[in-house]
Amino acid sequence: MIIAQQKPLKDIAALISECNKVMLVGCAGCVTVCLAGGEKETEIMASSLRMMREVEGKPLQTITYTATRQCDPEYIPPMDEMVKDVDAVISLACGVGVQYMAERYTDKWVIPALDTKFIGGSTVHGEWVEKCGLCGECILHKTGGICPIIRCSKSILNGPCGGSQYGKCEISKDVDCAWQLIYDKMKALGKLDKLMEIQPPKDWSKSRDGGPRKAVREDVMIG
Amino acid sequence: MKYLSKLHKILDSGQFAVTAEIGPPKHASVEGVKHHAHMMKDYVDATNITDCQTAIVRISSIATGVHVLGAGIEPIVQMTCRDRNRIAMQADILGAYCLGMRNMLCLSGDHQKFGNHPTSKNVYDVDSMQLIQALRRMRDDKVFFSGEEIKECEPRFFIGAVANPFADPFEYRIDRLEKKVEAGAQFIQTQCIFDMERFERFMEKVRERGIDQRVHILAGLTPLKSWRGAKYMQSNVSGMIVPDSIVERLKSAEDPKKEGVDLCIEQIKYVREKIKGVHGVHVMAIAWEEIVPEIVERSGLYPRPQVDPSELE
Repeated sequence: MIIAQQKPLKDIAALISECNKVMLVGCAGCVTVCLAGGEKETEIMASSLRMMREVEGKPLQTITYTATRQCDPEYIPPMDEMVKDVDAVISLACGVGVQYMAERYTDKWVIPALDTKFIGGSTVHGEWVEKCGLCGECILHKTGGICPIIRCSKSILNGPCGGSQYGKCEISKDVDCAWQLIYDKMKALGKLDKLMEIQPPKDWSKSRDGGPRKAVREDVMIG
Repeated sequence: MKYLSKLHKILDSGQFAVTAEIGPPKHASVEGVKHHAHMMKDYVDATNITDCQTAIVRISSIATGVHVLGAGIEPIVQMTCRDRNRIAMQADILGAYCLGMRNMLCLSGDHQKFGNHPTSKNVYDVDSMQLIQALRRMRDDKVFFSGEEIKECEPRFFIGAVANPFADPFEYRIDRLEKKVEAGAQFIQTQCIFDMERFERFMEKVRERGIDQRVHILAGLTPLKSWRGAKYMQSNVSGMIVPDSIVERLKSAEDPKKEGVDLCIEQIKYVREKIKGVHGVHVMAIAWEEIVPEIVERSGLYPRPQVDPSELE
């Protein structure tokens, strides 16, 4: 899922300092699961902003709504009436949701309340880690199910580099060396010979370097 | 046979090679570089020119290489994969060759986190293995990385790579070395050796697989100036092993600098005389280039062999 985290509240408050009424829009998708922009977080943020403004002697009006998914245009129109008289929309979705909101409400200023971080999963409650680099051409079958594109700090395809020691990456003793993990897994699978194959340079045109990507499934298109 | 470079000729003719290292400065004057080059000129066969080592901005390795070459030393241009994509790399490969560079050392490069621009973006469009292979294909197959033909004057480098026997997983370090040789590496410089026992184990496995017959391995050695320097490397540099005994030896020395030089000379003699398969030494006198002539001379490696330019391509 997409992992996002809230921007500092004071930063969001500063962005809307001139507004009298704002709408906060949560999302019931990934950001609910990672506890950043679900219904609960949306209500808490709205009340926190109101309190800040109350203290400043410049009360703020808020309305809140949580869309089933902000990354799906069909869930946006139900907000058409609500956004009409607000000065700004604060989206607690990932960057995709913020853009769908801005696209539909062309005359509204849409503010991101979250920093969209990465694609990953949870380890323990309250901790999420990055697992997929969205490179557009999965190679996990070659690397024992461990992604070197995103988990190696240099995205090396023929690792590990000379900075790997005691199982850790040179950048930090808190970061596992992805290639040590790959080595261990391939060894356990009896497939170390696979690591002797020189992996050729990657086709980054399948990643973001080819420009914004599009995935098409003609078989499920309607009409 | 014509050789690709002086270093190539010295190594291929079975002579024990000596390389050193010159770190370009963090400003636009090459006076210091020229001074170091002049000083080392007769004592080394070639010098590495580092490529923004530890991710700190410095004069580019190729630009510095031009001055080193002018001062009479054959440069070994270091090229990391951190800062350039394959287009920029090839442009620089062609550029370095047309400026007279003949040796290139391919490395991953230190992560930018360690340098003076930790908020920069790293590139790693290709990794060091792929760079070695592509550099070989440019020379032997006359093709760019993409496979497109190089119609004339292909860059013909003597290709180097690095190996770190002190990084993990230990067993895979031998595999990875072999992989680099398969990719096209002709000479290898190792990470600074302080843990001689581990290096010997590494070389034993290298010999078992005959890798030393297929590539020239130069043992990387660094003279230490102080026990604090040793301690710093021991605790802060990933991929480095500095035994406590070395820290202690410098700590108890009356003149730590002299002790550091003595130790380095002992190590050079040891790898040369006792470890089979080592074809040379790479003396990395970090920020201490002045000491290289003394180390080379006292190690019994002076004078250096002469190479007739007519033997080179």
